[in-house]
Amino acid sequence: MSTMPHPTEPDYEQQLVAQRSYLMRFARLQLRNDAWAEDAVSETLLAALSKPQAFEARSQLKTWLVGILKHKIIDFLRSRKREVCLASDSEDDGADPLELMAFRADGHFAEKPAEWGDPEQDLKSRQFFAVLEACTDKLPAVQGRLFLMREWLELSSEEICKELALTPTNLYVQLHRARLRLRECLELNWFAQPRTP
Amino acid sequence: MKAAYPFRRTCKEASALLIAREDRELPLAERVALRLHLAICQACPRFERQLLTMRNAMQQWRHYAADEASGPHEGDAGQG
Repeated sequence: MSTMPHPTEPDYEQQLVAQRSYLMRFARLQLRNDAWAEDAVSETLLAALSKPQAFEARSQLKTWLVGILKHKIIDFLRSRKREVCLASDSEDDGADPLELMAFRADGHFAEKPAEWGDPEQDLKSRQFFAVLEACTDKLPAVQGRLFLMREWLELSSEEICKELALTPTNLYVQLHRARLRLRECLELNWFAQPRTP
Repeated sequence: MKAAYPFRRTCKEASALLIAREDRELPLAERVALRLHLAICQACPRFERQLLTMRNAMQQWRHYAADEASGPHEGDAGQG
């Protein structure tokens, strides 16, 4: 504890730079655009450099930087709202997200959803979170951005609509699609996989 | 027909409500209809549990992601 470096020491800069790849991982996941992610992370590091007094303890450096990064990313998403919501051709634009699940004509499940076993146990596993992150990364860009605005930036649906000038209907369709895709990906790559306990 | 059973929902409709519930608050009538459906359905409670697992997973991922490298595994800083 007593060896905690003072923020004004020269290695404060090195410590910041050492966090760059960690920050890039989240910036990329959220923004789905390497150039944007670079900008957001650079701005975050610059902001951190300009106010070292705001950084209190080494152990909190990551959390503090992620907090700054989230603000930078929200500003970024707001200023590029058109591009952020511009779906590429490959993204599914069908009317009903539920088409991602199989229902019979009478509205019953074609096949009962699977029991996912013991989620408590899964949520303790590092591997599970690697799969979760990979599945999130595989979402189409617009869906991924909107989904992480909810789940990583922790914005409400109302806030997202406001920041991006989206209609609620539009937002919900994308979010629902993202959730169903994520569910499918987790099922295929985790819950349906044989695992050693 | 629908008017005679205002709270009756198919699995597909119930599933739509379960997903919608992740991102917005459902109106009271929909909450009631959903609850009634879940009470008599075998399939939809499974889907509900899957969504709850995902909700918990994302919540833990946020914490996990923040803690991950500040624990005993903080090695990646030294590699660059």
